[in-house]
Parts: sequence; C-alpha cells; structure tokens
Amino acid sequence: MNIAGELGIVYALLGAAVAVLFAGAGSALGVGIAGQAAAGVVTEDPSKFAKVLIIQLLPGTQGLYGLLVGFITLSKIGILGGGIADVSVSTGLLILAACLPIGIVGLISGIAQGKTAASAIGIVAKKPEQFGKAMLFPAMVETYAILALLISFLAVNGIQV
Amino acid sequence: MSNTKYTYAVARIRALEVSLFNDAFIEQLLSLGTAEQVLQAVMEKGWGDVSADSSMDAVLKREEEKAWEVIRDVAPDMSVFDVMSYPKLYHNLKAAVKEVYTRSGREGIFYDDCSIPGREMLRIVENREFSKLPGDMGRTAQEALEILLHTGDGQLCDITVDRAALEAMYAAGKRSGEPIIESYADTTVAIADIKIAVRAQKTGKSADFMRSAMAECDSLSVDQLIRAALSGADEIARYLEGTSYAGGADALRESPSAFERWCDNRMTETMKTQKYETFSVGPLLGYLIARENEIKTVRIIITGKQNGFSDDAIRERIREMYV
Repeated sequence: MNIAGELGIVYALLGAAVAVLFAGAGSALGVGIAGQAAAGVVTEDPSKFAKVLIIQLLPGTQGLYGLLVGFITLSKIGILGGGIADVSVSTGLLILAACLPIGIVGLISGIAQGKTAASAIGIVAKKPEQFGKAMLFPAMVETYAILALLISFLAVNGIQV
Repeated sequence: MSNTKYTYAVARIRALEVSLFNDAFIEQLLSLGTAEQVLQAVMEKGWGDVSADSSMDAVLKREEEKAWEVIRDVAPDMSVFDVMSYPKLYHNLKAAVKEVYTRSGREGIFYDDCSIPGREMLRIVENREFSKLPGDMGRTAQEALEILLHTGDGQLCDITVDRAALEAMYAAGKRSGEPIIESYADTTVAIADIKIAVRAQKTGKSADFMRSAMAECDSLSVDQLIRAALSGADEIARYLEGTSYAGGADALRESPSAFERWCDNRMTETMKTQKYETFSVGPLLGYLIARENEIKTVRIIITGKQNGFSDDAIRERIREMYV
C-alpha cells in the first residue's frame, strides 16, 4: 500500500471538509443570530414575518458556497462520478490550500453577516418601508464571501490532478 | 457568541418602541381640553385594561406593570435590573419598618410589583427575620428599626434606608458589568445626592446630616457637594458647572421643578444612543426608562389639567420623549 499516495487523497478530502464545515458553521451561526432577532420582531408583529425571514436567510449563502467548493473538490478527485484519482501529497495539499479561503472567510463572514442582519431586522421592526435599505447592510458583507468563493473555485479548478 | 444573548430581547423591544409616544403626540395631548380627554386619548392608544378600572391611577399603574412584564418576559437575566427595582424594594422596607413602629394598619403603602411584596416585607420586619433580606438590606432593616424604636426619629430612619437604597443601586450597577447600567446607577445616585444637597441647604441642615444621607458615586464628590451646600444655593450650582451635570446648574437656578425635569431629560438623552444597539442590555433599560418617563409625563399633563394649569405651565414640566 502506497501511504504517500493515500495521504494525497486525505489532504484533498480534508480540503473539501474544511470548505463545507467552516463555511456551513459560519452560516449556521449567522442565520441563528439573525433568527433570534427575527423571532423577537415576529413575537410583537407577525405581519413582518416575510420581510424578516428574507433578511434572516442572507447569512445562509456562505454554507452554499462551501458546499459548492466541496462538490467541485470531490468531483475533481473522482470521489463523485468515477474512480478515485491518484492524488499526490503535493496536489492534495494544494487542494487543501485552495479550499481554505471559503472555509475561513465563510466562517467569519457568516457570523458577521448574522450580526448585521440582526441589526437590519431592527430597522424593519421600526421602519418596514425601509426594507430595501435594511437588506443592503448585511448584503455588503456578502461581497467578501463571494470573493473567497471565487478564489477557492478558481484555485480548485486550476489544480491539475 | 455570548454577546448575542440579548438579540431576541432587543428585537422585541425594537418592535415595541414603535408604540412609544413621541414629542408630537405629547403636544397633541397638551392641546386637549380636559384631563378626561387626555386619559381617553391614551386609553385609545391601548393604555390600561379594557375591562378594568379606568381611573388615572389605575391606568398608569397598569402601564407600569406592563413595562415590567415585557422586561421580565424578554430579559435573559433579571439581575441586571436590580438597579431599577431597588427603589421600590427599599420603599417597602421603609414602609414596613414604620408600620411595625406605628401599628397604624394603613392600606396602600406598599409596592407589590417587586421581589419582596409589602405583606412579606412586613412579616419579615415584624418577626425580625432580617437574614431573609438580600445583600446588606437585612443590616439596614435592623439599623432602621432600632433607630425608630430607640429615638422615634422618623427622618433619621428615612435617610438611613434611602442612603442604603442608593448604595445598593450603585453596587448593583457595578456588579451588572454592563456599562450602561453602571452609568444609570451612578447618575441616579449623583442626582439623588444633588437633590439632598439642595434640600439640606434650604432647610439649613448640618454637614453631618448630609454626609449620613448622601451616597458615594463616581461622577460627583460628596465632600465638595456638602461644602458647596454649606456655602449656599449658588455654590451648589457653581460646583455642578465643573462636573458632568453642568446643564443642571442653570435648571437649579431656575426652579426645583426645572431641575427635576432636567434630571429626567438628561437620563433620556443618555439613553437615546441605546436605540442603535443590537446586542446589549441597553435598549431594554432605555425602553423601561422611556416607559416610566412617558407615564410620568402623562400624569403631569392629566394632573395639570385637573388643577387648571395653563398649557405653558404644563409644558415647562413635561419631559423629552425617548423616540
């Protein structure tokens, strides 16, 4: 058994896991924080349910980005849709490094976006007609999750297996 | 993530802030002709209970209860609100000590919407079960009762309990670990000290009397305040000009009611920044103070109209609103 060869695929899988785990955790925490605020508003004014639900879901995208990078990685190393590729240690480490941006930025931006979303829900609670503006503040945080997704996506795609 | 424990509570308060009275609505109330119309207008806004007594006292008392019900419902930790509940608790202690001494059997002298309601407080003081009282309250109760039993001096008993209440508020503010609660407690103690200084100056009380009535706080020096009070009313105002209560100096020169109004407005002004907080206890405290302020203002308008005050005279006394 070629241990060095096995390690390569382990590193690559670890990359997929990092992307899905950290970005997913960021989204879970973010949606959770915004959800508390949304529940608070709906307790007093159920008519605002639809508006606060939309804002609550904004931090959920990081998890999807992590999932996307995870899928691409799995398909790249052949775990999805075919035989497992022969991944060298250096290639495995490259894939792991490529997955880090969306993992780390996904975690941090998910929490930050959740907090911003909770504050934005406060705007909707007091001034529902300002819903559009309220959406923009948490959406700004999204920019950095998208940038991280872009780099992870290009990097994983660019690595030759 | 522990700093998000107030997220739900603050969002609920945000939704409730919409129903707080603004300055424009207070102006509308002022323009109404009679006290009954004012009461009717606030009841149309949902004040009081539909099926219950619709007298002013009942409606305003119910509103105070509602404000506390909301806070009790949303706050994850009520201990930070000790600072707000101590005045009622210590009032109950004072009333119980005097009741035990005088045996007057008077009704309606206690607050029941606090952690130790009147009847229980009376039973504790009667049976000398001081250990059942929280913190230093037991020691205060024993001291106040002994003063009254040995000297019969009601005023000395009052200042002993009042000072203990201020010290308990100050300590609760420090204990809360929340800067806004700490600042509220400190300001409340400082304002109480200023009021004591003003009244003591007017009645010619000694430095020792003032020292036994005032409590220490961060924003004022009790010693300097006492020295100023001994030198005259102008000296008190002059001393305040050099502190963070400078605005109160002019109000103090104007009239006692102007100073009371300034105190409440300053508190509201301090709290207004809490309208933009999302993750701290500040908005809860801000809401509670806003409700108390609102209730006080409606009471001033109704009693002003009942006593035939002019709109201008009432306007001088009404407080700024939080929203």
